[in-house]
Amino acid sequence: MSEEPSSTSVSVADGQSKSAKKPKYSRFSQQELDAWQPILTPSWAISIFTVIGLIFIPVGLTSLFASDSVMEVPFRYDDECLPPNSKNDPVAYIKDDTQNKTCNKKLTVKTKMTAPVYVYYQLDNFYQNHRRYVKSRDDRQLRRKGSDNDVSTCSPEDYTPKELGHNPIVPCGLIAWSMFNDTYKLSSKNKELAINKKNIAWKSDRDAKFGSDVYPKNFQVGGLIGGARLNESIPLSEQEDLIVWMRTAALPTFKKLYGKIETDIEDNEEIMLVIENNYNTYEFGARKSLVLSTTTWVGGRNHFLGMAYMLVGGISLVLAVGFLLMYVMHPRPLGDPSYLSWNKNPGILR
Amino acid sequence: MEPSTPLDSSSNMDSFMFDSSSRRSTVSIHSRSSGVINSTREVSFGHSGSKPVRYGSKGAESEALSMSQKEISDEDARLVYVDDPDKTNDMLEFAGNSILTGKYSIFTFLPRNLFEQFHRVAYIYFLVIAILNQLPQLAVFGRGVSILPLAFVLLVTGVKDAFEDWRRHRSDKIENNRLGLILVNGQFLEKKWKHIRVGEVIKIRANETIPCDIVLLSTSDPTGVAYVQTLNLDGESNLKTRYAKQETQSKLPEKEKLDVLIKCEKPNRNIYGFQGNIEVDGKRLSLGSSNIVLRGCELKNTNWALGVAVYCGRDTKAMLNSSGAPSKRSLLETRMNSEIIMLSFFLVALCIVTSVCAAVWLKRHKDELNLMPYYRKLDVSEGKEESYKYYGWVLEIVFTFLMSVIVYQVMIPISLYISMELVRVGQAYFMIGDSRMYDKATESKFQCRALNINEDLGQIKYVFSDKTGTLTENKMEFQCASILGFDYSSATASLENEQVEYTVQADGTIFKPKMMVKVNQELLQLSKSGFTNDEGKQIYDFFLALAACNTIVPLVADTSDPMVKLIDYQGESPDEQALTFAAAAYGFMLIERTSGHIVIDIHGERQRFNVLGLHEFDSDRKRMSVILGYSDNSVKLFVKGADTSMLRLIDKSLNTDILHATKSHLHTYSSVGLRTLVIGTRDLDASEFEQWQSSFEVASTALMGRAALLRKVAINIENKLCILGATAIEDKLQQGVPESIESLRIAGIKVWVLTGDKQETAISIGYSSRLLTSNMIQIIINTNNRESCRRHLQDALVMSRQHMTTPGVTHNSEEGSDSVSTSFALIVDGTSLVYILDSELEEEFFQLASRCSVVLCCRVAPLQKAGIVALVKHRTDDMTLAIGDGANDVSMIQMADIGVGISGQEGRQAVMASDFAMGQFRFLVPLLLIHGHWNYQRLGYMITYNFYRNAIFVLVLFWYVLFTAFTLTTAINEWSSMLYSIIYTALPTIVVGILDKDLSKRTLLKHPQLYGAGLRNEAYNKKLFWLTMADTLWQSIAVFFVPLIAYWGTTIDVASIGDLWTLAVVILVNLHLAMDVIRWNWITHAAIWGSIIATFICVIVIDAIPVFPGYWAIFDVAGTALFWLCLLGIVIAALLPRLVVKYLYQYYFPSDIQISRETEKFGNPRDNGGGEIEMLPVSDAPP
Repeated sequence: MSEEPSSTSVSVADGQSKSAKKPKYSRFSQQELDAWQPILTPSWAISIFTVIGLIFIPVGLTSLFASDSVMEVPFRYDDECLPPNSKNDPVAYIKDDTQNKTCNKKLTVKTKMTAPVYVYYQLDNFYQNHRRYVKSRDDRQLRRKGSDNDVSTCSPEDYTPKELGHNPIVPCGLIAWSMFNDTYKLSSKNKELAINKKNIAWKSDRDAKFGSDVYPKNFQVGGLIGGARLNESIPLSEQEDLIVWMRTAALPTFKKLYGKIETDIEDNEEIMLVIENNYNTYEFGARKSLVLSTTTWVGGRNHFLGMAYMLVGGISLVLAVGFLLMYVMHPRPLGDPSYLSWNKNPGILR
Repeated sequence: MEPSTPLDSSSNMDSFMFDSSSRRSTVSIHSRSSGVINSTREVSFGHSGSKPVRYGSKGAESEALSMSQKEISDEDARLVYVDDPDKTNDMLEFAGNSILTGKYSIFTFLPRNLFEQFHRVAYIYFLVIAILNQLPQLAVFGRGVSILPLAFVLLVTGVKDAFEDWRRHRSDKIENNRLGLILVNGQFLEKKWKHIRVGEVIKIRANETIPCDIVLLSTSDPTGVAYVQTLNLDGESNLKTRYAKQETQSKLPEKEKLDVLIKCEKPNRNIYGFQGNIEVDGKRLSLGSSNIVLRGCELKNTNWALGVAVYCGRDTKAMLNSSGAPSKRSLLETRMNSEIIMLSFFLVALCIVTSVCAAVWLKRHKDELNLMPYYRKLDVSEGKEESYKYYGWVLEIVFTFLMSVIVYQVMIPISLYISMELVRVGQAYFMIGDSRMYDKATESKFQCRALNINEDLGQIKYVFSDKTGTLTENKMEFQCASILGFDYSSATASLENEQVEYTVQADGTIFKPKMMVKVNQELLQLSKSGFTNDEGKQIYDFFLALAACNTIVPLVADTSDPMVKLIDYQGESPDEQALTFAAAAYGFMLIERTSGHIVIDIHGERQRFNVLGLHEFDSDRKRMSVILGYSDNSVKLFVKGADTSMLRLIDKSLNTDILHATKSHLHTYSSVGLRTLVIGTRDLDASEFEQWQSSFEVASTALMGRAALLRKVAINIENKLCILGATAIEDKLQQGVPESIESLRIAGIKVWVLTGDKQETAISIGYSSRLLTSNMIQIIINTNNRESCRRHLQDALVMSRQHMTTPGVTHNSEEGSDSVSTSFALIVDGTSLVYILDSELEEEFFQLASRCSVVLCCRVAPLQKAGIVALVKHRTDDMTLAIGDGANDVSMIQMADIGVGISGQEGRQAVMASDFAMGQFRFLVPLLLIHGHWNYQRLGYMITYNFYRNAIFVLVLFWYVLFTAFTLTTAINEWSSMLYSIIYTALPTIVVGILDKDLSKRTLLKHPQLYGAGLRNEAYNKKLFWLTMADTLWQSIAVFFVPLIAYWGTTIDVASIGDLWTLAVVILVNLHLAMDVIRWNWITHAAIWGSIIATFICVIVIDAIPVFPGYWAIFDVAGTALFWLCLLGIVIAALLPRLVVKYLYQYYFPSDIQISRETEKFGNPRDNGGGEIEMLPVSDAPP
């Protein structure tokens, strides 16, 4: 595409010295700056769409292959782990501390999963992005030692109830209070599959966001118990489950990393699951799943992006071909003045 | 003084509709203060529309009469005891002379400035939203964040205001500390201006500035004349004469204590009128505007003047007038506002959807809310069970609604108003800086006085133009003289520029007129050959009349040669100047004029004539007269005036041949477009003169209705004249006017010329300016009564309809009137217009006029001009532009949608009232065709783009709300959402709005038809709005749902996906703009790519703050391939439909602009093949 021809100005030289009032001539002030002037001509349109097609289809294909290579084994257990007699009233069951919550299940992995295999828990219909919820935390308190009383945004989980001394809770707020507390033990062929729970949280969170000298205090001590309890002798920066949980999920269906299995899982390997089904989702109809998954450069197993790329690329190619045909059949000379409205209708001369 | 075209601006005269002020102000026998100054300018500046405007001529007369007889009642009066400031200020403290233009002091700045800023609706909206957000139940954003945009805007504006105010304070200080000579206890002492009080006597020396409004008491001139220059006040550089009353002229305030009381009206802003009276020694005399000198004027050609301060400081007329230009609202903005109402409906709809969904959700989960971990209504921390932050279902819904208003607030693009203002400032900068619109002759730049109607320049359908001074130069040139029935045309006699420089030598000094005039050799010889015979005497009288019968003041200026003095003739009327210069060229050089006598050098012989009386021009009589007393005590009356008024007065019994010959000459002159005047004379015998003198005395000292009385006296004496001859003055067309008018016509603009000229003159100018062409059918409406006017109109309508329905020209009814075959020109005269504008004929007139491609109105009075503009304005939605240069155009300029003032010969009133001012008529072409077109295209695009830009953001927020249990969580960081319209996307649209241009200047001038884009509302219309909104919907879906589906069920956290959405929206919105940019210069590149980079930087910075929940999210998420794939996919998928539509539309349904762009870039493919389609050649306006 061409540079715009710079227009020559007639009245530049003279008159400038004559009066100071005359506007200073510059290509800027006369709006004559050099400019690139692209026009969407057929050749450009066709090539743009062709290029989009040629890029998007291969990218789509590769990402489709990549996401297809991800092995994902989901296992929903919130209903499976209910004892048969509690099926009708799961809330009573889960609230009953005397009941045994351990649940043994079997899971068959059909295709081989190469290490590392990630263990996730997945919640469906759980609004971690609810306005009341996301605001119910205090990041200063998590970060610095002396900020225990920074609980202004944490209500109603800011202080322990009066009868328990009205002490600030660390970590305060609904998010921490409702921390997920199901636990999993996996074993295969009677050998425990070790789940590495180190470094499951972001390094940045461990280093800067959660203080290494901040210890849980007054957490889950009275009133309502929302979920997991924390070991008060471990600083927050090492409470990785908490850190993971506190990175609130964006969508109502989400996974959170539980740990990593550092060994391969062979195909058709049968895995024994021991699930401590503690977390109460029955109350509001959320679902819980355990997910084993490998990962690749496009993340988890999700064909959407690959498909979308293929689709966009395909449409672009079709459009390019269509435009080409249209161009061949009905070309319009560019810049032909006979298309100007006042030339189209010769009966009307102005 | 009056040409035969007195109503036009040339004479600068008030029309008969406006003579109230002139009547009121005409003064004593000495008064040569012509009605010129106090004429049409009654119209108060700055308050368009505040004055009730009457369009017909009815009623104006009665109003005028009542005003002339108005006496100042005591409550309305201000009493000034001359030289007794203590007594004057005793009862009522009048304002002191210190001025304060600064609006604020240090203490009042904050409250006042805020108060003024919040006058804008936009800011109130901001404020209400911010206040809503402060309520704890509604706190969507953090406190600091929510007031950030408002604070930003307030701060910027505040700093700007403070700076301007500081500058004003500084200049106030300088003004207030200037020194003036004040009479204190019998001697003049220097005193600072700010200490001057009302009632004090002030002495002003030559070239000094007047510190306050003063009534003249005496001057160095024995007759009490003082000359002032009002350049600072109204920009007119010629000298004006002011008078001291004879009764006070003789007093010496240093010696004797004055006992003078002035009673005058309360301060007002009319700088051309003053009413009052003065009591001297028990005698009551009236004061008019010729007795007052206003603050800011300079005393010239007068050694000193004494005056008494009557208005000081903020009461002075100069201060009362210092107000800005009238504010108007542009058509585009009006249209935009209706779409903004539409957008607010969208906003309400989104809020309703959100709150209804939330209501349903809350209802369905009513029983679970207590313990739901992400709701946890139950609060047990106080020991008992309470509801935490739950106010009941209904209130929760209300809160949700209000919160959604806060979250979706940017749906109403408030920032657009601010961006538009910035863009208009930028556009104004380019318009002012355009070297095409710089007038070398007057060294005047284009002026942009109104800042908010730039884009209207691109949608003008009607141009109403004044003729004299606007189409023509208003530099009058004496062309022809008809004396005693002989035609002496300088043009025919001297083909080559034979300009004779006539000089006079006296006392060793050579006097030379400043302007050279073409002369007729024959006449020159005749005038030189002596005046012995009868014919010679007539010629003598003729030139004497030219030299004497006027209000010109000769000014002698030094030249580089000390022996040579240059004589310049100063006066308000260019016609008079031309006549005086002509007289000088023929040997009758006016050397000196005082109020009592004139000195004329007649072929080297100085002669002194007593000016016994002078009847000023007024637009009823359309003539002026002067009574000269010769040295031999004979008295002669000279009258000069418009032919219509003069020919009636000629004594028909005398020399009928001459009369006939003169009449035919007059006809010839006016048909070639010359302005004609007739000159007559009469000897007065002693008794007649005495009779006149006594009645004149009575009239001029009358307190009530003086103007009417004076006019009566004038009418009585001005009769039975002996015709001397006629003059013809050429008013040359300005450079480039015919080409400009043709360009405008081709552009589809209807040009109406409204002139005070005679019909013949108007038509001939019409031809020479190519307004009229020979193939037009002229419809002339020239009637004397209503009935015939109606008949004429109806006949013409029938005729035009017949032509319209002629087969072959009806395809396009809209443009049919422009087709050559049926082109009509309507010519209407002022008398007919009186009937048309006063009655129900308006509609028929408009019907007829809209069928004509050209309308010429002749003999139009100023208010009629406004009436015609109003007629068109009220009957169509089309934009009107009025262009004029004189005081008589002010009402028209203020009435039209856009008023353009020509800063020409005629002072500054037109400019003061205008929205844009420029030096030449031809600049209208670049102004409309180039800048108007660009401004319109730019702002039109900018508005749709801003709607899109904000709506897509809101929609992305809205989609997310649907996935958060309708609780108005925003994934996009609150800082990002506030910075979105401040940093992320603001600059590119402003830069593009200022700099992008669809077509080059050359193309736009070559094809004026391209202006039709604005007339057809191509850049902004309802269809475009809805298309854009549909596109917005798709794009928002692409932006939101691609990441949603791609990240569904993954570990993605709010901050990370929020960053993705932020970046996606910003990149998309900027690329969308980039796709529509037509010319990429480096600034555009910098703005667009810079904004994207700035967004990345901002997102990174925000994510690097550890106390935010989203700490480090961008680094984490940007490390994954999925993020970048999403980003790319979003952008391409979102823009794909737009690109397809754009291409198909541009290639298969090209607009004129698109074709011209292609021609600009690729050339015309038909150029080589000898194109059969002729491009209408329109020459470029001169650069």
